Amino acid sequence: MLGSKAGTQILDGNHAAAVGAKLSRVQVIAAYPITPQSPVTEKLSEYVEGGNLKAEYVAVESEHSALAVCSSASLVGARTFTASSSHGLAYMHEMLHWVAGTRLPVILACVNRAIGAPWNVLNDQQDSISQRDTGWIQIYARTNQEILDSVIQAYKIAETVYVPVMVCYDGYILSHTEMPVDVPSPRDVDSFLPPYKPHTILDPANPRNYNLVTLANPRVNAEGVLCHGYMEIRYLLQEALQNAGETIASVGREFGGLFGRSYASMLWEYSLDDAEIVIVAMGSLAMEAIVAADTLRDEGHRVGVLGLRVFRPFPKSDVVTALKKARLVVVFDKNISYGSEGATCSEIKSALYGSGANAVIRNFVVGLGGRDIKARELAGAVNKSLPALKEGVLNDEYPEWICHI
Amino acid sequence: MKTSPVNLTEKEYLLPGNRVCPGCALSLAYRHILKALDGQVIVTVPASCLTVLHGMYPVTSVTVPCVNTPFASTGASATGLVAGLKALGKKDLTVLAIAGDGGTHDIGIQALSGAAERQSDFIYVCYDNEGYMNTGNQRSGSTPLGAISGTTPILGKQQNQKDMTEIMEAHGIPYVATANASYPLDLYEKVRKAKAIEGTRFIHVFTPCPPGWRFPFSDTIRIGELAVQTGWDVLYEVENGAFRLTSASEPIARKGNLRPVREYLAEQGRFKNITEEQISELQARVNARWQRCLDRATNL
Ligand SMILES: Cc1ncc(C[n+]2csc(CCOP(=O)(O)OP(=O)(O)O)c2C)c(N)n1
Ligand code: SF4
Repeated sequence: MLGSKAGTQILDGNHAAAVGAKLSRVQVIAAYPITPQSPVTEKLSEYVEGGNLKAEYVAVESEHSALAVCSSASLVGARTFTASSSHGLAYMHEMLHWVAGTRLPVILACVNRAIGAPWNVLNDQQDSISQRDTGWIQIYARTNQEILDSVIQAYKIAETVYVPVMVCYDGYILSHTEMPVDVPSPRDVDSFLPPYKPHTILDPANPRNYNLVTLANPRVNAEGVLCHGYMEIRYLLQEALQNAGETIASVGREFGGLFGRSYASMLWEYSLDDAEIVIVAMGSLAMEAIVAADTLRDEGHRVGVLGLRVFRPFPKSDVVTALKKARLVVVFDKNISYGSEGATCSEIKSALYGSGANAVIRNFVVGLGGRDIKARELAGAVNKSLPALKEGVLNDEYPEWICHI
Repeated sequence: MKTSPVNLTEKEYLLPGNRVCPGCALSLAYRHILKALDGQVIVTVPASCLTVLHGMYPVTSVTVPCVNTPFASTGASATGLVAGLKALGKKDLTVLAIAGDGGTHDIGIQALSGAAERQSDFIYVCYDNEGYMNTGNQRSGSTPLGAISGTTPILGKQQNQKDMTEIMEAHGIPYVATANASYPLDLYEKVRKAKAIEGTRFIHVFTPCPPGWRFPFSDTIRIGELAVQTGWDVLYEVENGAFRLTSASEPIARKGNLRPVREYLAEQGRFKNITEEQISELQARVNARWQRCLDRATNL
């Protein structure tokens, strides 16, 4: 008995993530509190202490330890969950690499928050973007419903491709905002998500030694069989991520079939059919962008929205297809790769290179450290980019910041 | 029944021909630790000489299941193994975390302290070679005053060691012990005892390191013995608060024949630049601890 009623409930984003973990019947939870993720840790503790979730809750002394606990618990065959934000996620950095390198299906809810210095507890996506290259799948939610649904799907994805998944959602904007969320019944979730079958397991009956020092080149084992070197092992992680798109889509489709909400695409598309101008955004900003697109349509522009649901693996070919007809692409980033541009903009440009696309691309850095960004400002940025479309200047070296400098 | 070389289990879990230096006390200690756990164990190991001992993929020198874990994470990794096994209802396995002094006194102290405070159910062994040997012998929180290392190359270390065993005892855990690779049967018995206890158990193992301490490979056992004979290393255990001197430390306490620390220091090249003042300071430190042990011992 999971103790929560199925049906529509009013949940904030953190609560939705906790319910998602509970419905996924996680067996080991280890997390360390940080604003704005803390309510996730409290909620899960409450489930465990109240007897509503049969799991081990480990109240660790740091985020590095949180992920180390999940990593080792996963290696003995337990389904694991953690959550963090900002400095906590940064503190996990070493373990993020380690978990992905060990190919463990750990799920992490990242409540997106700005990172210091200076201190700031409000939302942007610099934290998870900074972990881009750790080998984790990254899914971004736009709504609390998507948070819950993504956590459940994340287990199925991770346990199929053996790559850990980070489910990211905007701090406060989602984490502390209540919305109606359709909560599936435990029985339905059970039929969707079978128990975790580990690819490997630590067991004296079949002793193995994980993550030994591994040389660059392949090396023979005691039986004379040539085994992978470090580079081959790392290639397999890249291959798993390259191929993960199919699993992400099929899991999303299956989820849709059962629960009526389809996640069959790695992208969210809005009014793209006739759009000349496409706004690209990730997370809750992709919802705000829909309002901006509607306003701009009222002003006579043909505007659509491309919401990035999955950032890693980056859905390159889907993006190319979605942007085929676009003449102007305006990319909003709640992150910045200092000295370059927003991370999603770089991805879009990289995806389009060689595709024959000839769109003007403009990048705006917005909403850092919780700076309010409304549909009005998004629409304003699009309007500001229109001259570039006329002039046909495809690229800008650096992004424009929507701030007071 | 007292453990003797005759009744010690013959089964080996650490295979010969591993990659440690000749005369490495760690190898000897680890062999007896694994024997004491009968193979019914899952081991977690951070970056250290022990990683090197474990071999290079796809060849390993141990026949028990093992996970390598990042340097700072040993205590947490052990907690994760315990939590995972518990969640899956798997009983009867011991979780062993084993790390060097760098991985214990320094970078891993947070994870270990957290795990001990949570009374996580595993045995933690710190093998102490008094330096970061894997990276070529740099100073650690356990390098002694006056010792030369890669990062105290000329003057020798200017600070004293931290006493990790006392720090762990202060956590109120059910079992704390010191051991020494030169007394493998004492080590074996302590691991056996720890195995039967629930909660966090901490064993500090003194493991002389010939290249790091600069003494001949053939002298490892003698150096370890000399450490005990001079009171530099004291063999004891604290079980639920009850302190007992064990093995060779017990007769020394009875006879009161502690040898001067100078004899121990003189055998090692790492102390070649030590000053008379430092020797006196070290002797005073050893005397003070020895007196504390005598005062606390319930078996004299
Ligand atoms: C985070 C991190 N910092 C530094 C290192 C490099 N490193 C590997 S082993 C080691 C020293 C290990 O010392 P100790 O724990 O005393 O074990 P020993 O090598 O002496 O057996 C260091 C500094 C690392 N692996 N990870
Ligand atoms: S450096 Fe010292 S501790 Fe490390 S393997 Fe060699 S002898 Fe053993």
